[in-house]
Amino acid sequence: MTDTAVATAAETQWVAPKRRRLVNLRNFPTFTFASWAVLFFLYLPLLHVVIYSFNSSRIATIWESPSVKWYIKTFHNDDIQRALINSFQIAIGATIFSTVLAVLAALGLQRMKRAGSTVAWALIGAPLIIAEIVLAVGTLGFFMAVGIPLGKVGMTVAHTAFCIPFALIPIRARLGQLDNAPFEAAADLGANESQILRRVTLPLLSPAIISGALLAFAISIDDFITSFFLSGPSSTTLPVYIFGMIRSTVTPEVDAISTLLLLFSGIVLISSYVLNRRRR
Amino acid sequence: MTKVHKHEKKKHLEGRPGQTAPALAFPTVLFLFFGIGIPLALTVVYSFLDRAKVGMGVTWTFNPKAYKSLFVIENLDGTTGFDTRYVKVLWNSFVYSGVTTVATVILSIPIAMWIATREENKRNILLAAVTLPFWISILIRTYGLRQIIDDNGPIGWIMHKLGNEGFHIIYTPTATMIGLIYVFLPFMILPIYSSAERFDFRLAEAAYDLGAKRWTVLRRIVLPSIRPGIIAGIALVFIPALGSFLQSDMLGGGKTNMIANVIALNFGQARNWPFGCALAVLLIVLTLIFVKLIQWAGKKTTGEQVSLI
Repeated sequence: MTDTAVATAAETQWVAPKRRRLVNLRNFPTFTFASWAVLFFLYLPLLHVVIYSFNSSRIATIWESPSVKWYIKTFHNDDIQRALINSFQIAIGATIFSTVLAVLAALGLQRMKRAGSTVAWALIGAPLIIAEIVLAVGTLGFFMAVGIPLGKVGMTVAHTAFCIPFALIPIRARLGQLDNAPFEAAADLGANESQILRRVTLPLLSPAIISGALLAFAISIDDFITSFFLSGPSSTTLPVYIFGMIRSTVTPEVDAISTLLLLFSGIVLISSYVLNRRRR
Repeated sequence: MTKVHKHEKKKHLEGRPGQTAPALAFPTVLFLFFGIGIPLALTVVYSFLDRAKVGMGVTWTFNPKAYKSLFVIENLDGTTGFDTRYVKVLWNSFVYSGVTTVATVILSIPIAMWIATREENKRNILLAAVTLPFWISILIRTYGLRQIIDDNGPIGWIMHKLGNEGFHIIYTPTATMIGLIYVFLPFMILPIYSSAERFDFRLAEAAYDLGAKRWTVLRRIVLPSIRPGIIAGIALVFIPALGSFLQSDMLGGGKTNMIANVIALNFGQARNWPFGCALAVLLIVLTLIFVKLIQWAGKKTTGEQVSLI
């Protein structure tokens, strides 16, 4: 037998077990590597921000030596504190209003067939489909036309409008999943409509209302475009302020604020996760 | 009674006790009429007006001048010609969003399939890792990416070490597209994952037993099964990418890269509200056309009505 023949024989012997192994299609070649690469791509920029927030250099992209001086500077920056307070005021207002309006919409529209409430759903869903900048400039035009000054009140109204669909998503989903049994039991026991609403519907919806509110808060506090067009001189929010910083000379202070915001999001997410676990 | 309910649960939802009156939705609809409806209507109205002589705003003389100036330039000597600037902006927006969509599909399929085939514990952690960026400000994510692809950033450093001295990517259209891909990637991974999760791997096994190769299985069995997820992902990536502002502003350098940047410019320094509004109306129309296309494609592949709300 020549070498090639041996090789061929070995190959034919090999084919069968190799094919058996192949049946485990759950593993495509290179998919594992590609997946880790994608995760790396998603997190590398955030990691860079966190690491470079501890940079003593004046230029954000050039590493000098480890230092916390930009955090100290951030904590002493009055503009940042004002912007942070504005952001929270608007986000809390928008969260409360949008969640209440979302609950009302979910309850009111549940009985209506979709076709019968097209206009309502179009208005609710518009912020999910239409580019934010379009709604932002339209709202700016509206405020100017009726004389609403640029500031926190107008911003809260605009934030409420685009937060409603986000608050509504979990509430509507939950309402669709609810079992009829508790409602029938309540009705059989003589509860009237408003008693059922207060003692059955709303308590059953409460986890969804909380997630809806959380979603609305996250959307509002992170919003840049609407706030950018509607903020007046004294109502700058944190994202608008950070955008201004990025446009001028970028110091690691941007990284420091960003890291603090990442930390804040992390704490909110982990605490909501823990709360959810405990409830179950 | 319960039996009837079990059988026709969906239908019977209508008759559930304690169903509240439609009137409850009235405050929300009224609020959104002023918060969304009027601003959108005003955008259309403003697009047919003249710019204010001084400062911001409009003067109330109806004309289609703003739309005309999308394509026609008036030279100083009074002659007119075809204006390619805004056609180019439209073209850019389409190309950038299209490339972003294709790239996110290619990057998402492996990771979505991979996550869907992990054990449950690992799957939940990986899903959380993909979902987490939703909770992080897009501004911060875009800024982080800018630091990465900056000439002085890690990519530039590696390129420099590899001897690629002239490496420069920041403030180019490529940077804009990388930014869009980075920001919208999770929007593609999640819907594809939810399709992949439902995929029955016995089908793939059957295909193997019938002698199909990996690539054939992937193309002929897996891909058609996850198509609804891909279509949903395309809607979630292409539509917002078309109206995106931050990535082209922060990474693309120029101020008039994409539609949203030109809208912003006309509501800022350029102070031409009617023209900004005309572009906004154009963006709305393009969005609606695309929504219809996606719904049509969704209906064709799944036989179901695709709801974007």
